[in-house]
Amino acid sequence: MRRLLPLGALVLLAGCAGIQSSNGRDGTHGALIGGLFDKFLWTTVVVYLFVMVLLALAIVHGRDNRRGNAGLQGEPPVEAEHGWRSGLTAFAGATTLILAVLAIATWFTDRSLARASANPALEVEVTGNQWWWDVRYKDPVSSYIVHTANELHLPAGRTTRITLKSVDVIHSLWIPNLAGKQDLIPGRKTALELHPLHTGRFRAQCAEFCGMQHAHMALDVSVDDPQAFSTWYAAGLKNPPIPTGGQALAGYLLFQTLQCSSCHNVSGTPASGQIAPDLTHVASRRTIASGTLPANHDGFAAWVQDPQQAKPGNHMPKVPLSPAELAAVTAYLETLR
Amino acid sequence: MNERPDPREYLRDGPDLTGAELDRRLTETWRDAPGFIGWLCSVDHKSIGRRYLVTAIVFLSLGGILAALMRLQLSGPNHHVLSPDRYNQIFTMHGTTMMFLFAVPVMDAMAIYLVPLMIGTRNIGFPRLNAFSYWMYVAGGALLWVAFVVNVGPDAGWFSYVPLSGPQYSPGKRVDVWAQMVTFTEIAALSVAVSMTATILKQRAPGMTLARTPLFVWAMLVVSLMVIFSMPAVALASSMLMSDRLVGTHFFNTYEYGDALLWQHLFWFFGHPEVYIIFLPATGFVSEIVGAFSGRQTFGHTAIVLALSATGLLAFGLWVHHMFATGLPRMGYAFYTSASMAVAVPAGIQIFCWIATIWSGRPRFEVPLLWVVGFIVTFVIGGLTGVMLASVPLDLQVHDTYFVVAHFHYVLIGGAVFPLLGAITYWFPKMTGRMMSESIGRWQFWLSFVSFQVAFFPMHILGIEGMPRRVYTYPASMGWGTLNLLSSLGAVLFAVSVVVFVINMIVSLRSGARAPANPWNAPGLEWATSSPPEPYNFAHIPVVRDSTPLWSPELTFARGLRVEDRELVMTTVLEAKPDLREPSAQPTIWPLVAAAATTVVFIATMFTPWALAIGALPVAVALTAWFWPKDRGPEGEPVID
Repeated sequence: MRRLLPLGALVLLAGCAGIQSSNGRDGTHGALIGGLFDKFLWTTVVVYLFVMVLLALAIVHGRDNRRGNAGLQGEPPVEAEHGWRSGLTAFAGATTLILAVLAIATWFTDRSLARASANPALEVEVTGNQWWWDVRYKDPVSSYIVHTANELHLPAGRTTRITLKSVDVIHSLWIPNLAGKQDLIPGRKTALELHPLHTGRFRAQCAEFCGMQHAHMALDVSVDDPQAFSTWYAAGLKNPPIPTGGQALAGYLLFQTLQCSSCHNVSGTPASGQIAPDLTHVASRRTIASGTLPANHDGFAAWVQDPQQAKPGNHMPKVPLSPAELAAVTAYLETLR
Repeated sequence: MNERPDPREYLRDGPDLTGAELDRRLTETWRDAPGFIGWLCSVDHKSIGRRYLVTAIVFLSLGGILAALMRLQLSGPNHHVLSPDRYNQIFTMHGTTMMFLFAVPVMDAMAIYLVPLMIGTRNIGFPRLNAFSYWMYVAGGALLWVAFVVNVGPDAGWFSYVPLSGPQYSPGKRVDVWAQMVTFTEIAALSVAVSMTATILKQRAPGMTLARTPLFVWAMLVVSLMVIFSMPAVALASSMLMSDRLVGTHFFNTYEYGDALLWQHLFWFFGHPEVYIIFLPATGFVSEIVGAFSGRQTFGHTAIVLALSATGLLAFGLWVHHMFATGLPRMGYAFYTSASMAVAVPAGIQIFCWIATIWSGRPRFEVPLLWVVGFIVTFVIGGLTGVMLASVPLDLQVHDTYFVVAHFHYVLIGGAVFPLLGAITYWFPKMTGRMMSESIGRWQFWLSFVSFQVAFFPMHILGIEGMPRRVYTYPASMGWGTLNLLSSLGAVLFAVSVVVFVINMIVSLRSGARAPANPWNAPGLEWATSSPPEPYNFAHIPVVRDSTPLWSPELTFARGLRVEDRELVMTTVLEAKPDLREPSAQPTIWPLVAAAATTVVFIATMFTPWALAIGALPVAVALTAWFWPKDRGPEGEPVID
């Protein structure tokens, strides 16, 4: 009975799911899977209770047999077990029947999921890297492509198809509030469709062990109403202004002349590295380094000063900077909105 | 050529030669040579089985320490008990140790010790191969743990997915250590499986037809055949990985038209049957214990045998349920969903049979039967969450989360370790001649049972609330801290309970009550001989007339085996009619030498492929000496009756 309490808690939790919870059911896919989960949960709870009642009765009955020297002993004759054999047949039959029903329910949910995935309104390409997400909104016109990292903005009420690729090892994109997970496999293209039901902010995390910093590979997901999404998208197409003076200008010059620009891209500047997260609008995001630190003054300063501190083993080297240089680079990053 | 002596001239156990004189002569023939060298040369299944068991328990303790370290790190958000690098090594080592060095070998240990006794024979078939398997197992385990201690422990997970485990993303020797350890344990497991299959099919006591064969023996037959069919897949995979890493082949290199998913198919084609290779022997323990303690033959003997066989077959049809998130065609998934769910039918049949046995018999709730009840209560949860995981949409949510961690610990600890602890308690008097403490046993059972639920039940909820597996830490804002702390507390208590069990074993070994031949009034042949058994197991080979020979009014024996040579009775596969007398191998040092030579080859191949060519020579020498026909010994001869 002790195990029933957590089961109850589990059901209660459905009402107050977090930003990274398969109980959230904030997307059509997630809701369909959630509905199927409920069917499985209640069926299995009933089956479990039934088996436990059988076991309890067996223990009571067995004790009585022992006290009364009743029951079967040794190798019982075939006739004595006739009832038990019928019981076994019924039990096996019922098990098969229940499993068949669950398999059919699975099949119907699978069909519904496929229907919810049809006719995407938006195409995004997400590429897995050790240990960050590269995000590219597809458009036939190259100047309409928005390129960002570690954040995913989606319009509510529309279907988005995400094409998944990996440049190194296998990762897995899992936004539990919206849908199930899908692996990103080098050498293969996979896809994940999302249909968020309402606006909200969610968190995704890599779900396939991908090396040292697998634990710090989160994706910040914002579901906006279509209007706000368009505004965000339009802002994403613009280049940030180049600083004209002060610390930010000093930081800009350092950024262009030190190692930063050989890995990172900031559109509209000479920095066009493609192997690390795009920083064009990094200050408009909520987190940096795949959800490791907040995207604010302190976060930038801590990260640039020593990237190996918060996320040991990640591929960004420590660039030795004087305190003044660090302040300048931080100030510049804060202008990248 | 020497004239063959008249078979009637050999000294045989029989009408005239019985009692103390027979015991003395048989002991002379079957015992190990005294001293350390004799110990190293032993081919006695009981010695090898005991060593396997002790070694497996050592690895269990090591794996348990790693688990405790992980639970310490995860007991709260943003802990810094372990660095990410160390944590990744530790979770890899925990899984690898528990699967390859504890779970499979400990089941082999019990089988190596018990099966020859249960079927009434004097030694396992291929006893030297059996000794060889132990040395290979020890060498593989030692390689892995020495490497870990010197910071070359594998860190790519017990599943070592490519390309993460490939040469580009795992430089250094860590993954090579993992791959070679797998090779060692594969060879050990295959050697045991072959010996076990031959023993079970050909050495059962006269009259022990397949229908009368004990259920644990049946489980081991199914498991051994599964090992023979599944291990080659992982042997192939680990060799391909070594070859990619060592000589630059491109089996898994996607940039040269290799394929990353090929690894997963090969690994899980072994990896899923592996779970049943661990679980089915445990069901065999349960069937034996339930029958013995209920005072009646376990209900549904035939149904259980069919269930074991069905599980063994279905196990090969559901490996893809580990790969639902890889984007394989959806129609194909439907097959694997059905197969994965179908495996619940044979599991359910077995559970019904055990419950029916308790219900209709006269159960004595001593410690082994308590473990069986704890097993049913716990394992059924793991089985039902397994049904959830078989459903593709549900799996896509909970795959690679703590929900799965909870599921397989319910299945592997609840489903295999609980029966194992019951089985050790049950057969401990046979192995050592002493009983384990009943009072400590009861107390420890309850501690284990409750702490297990506290440790692992919360993980279901954590998984549903989004906590992925294999993360070394998590942010405080995720709200996973409380349940993780609870789980860690449970884990500590569970570790304490396992320590109490081991202490109970050690104390009972020194000062437990002396055990008679059949302390539990159990029906199996293993209880027909003294506790612990003499080196020759049975002075006369028993003749079996039903499934519960020791509950029959009188146990009859066959006579006429040679006393001055190691000789066994071979019987026919189905009916167990006496077929042949067959010599059984003498003790020898060569299996150990062969294992040492093989070990050198395997370790050296991590550094240069030439080791294969050069190292093959000492292996060939050792094998030649092993099989050298020094003494023709007794020859197989037809049974004279």
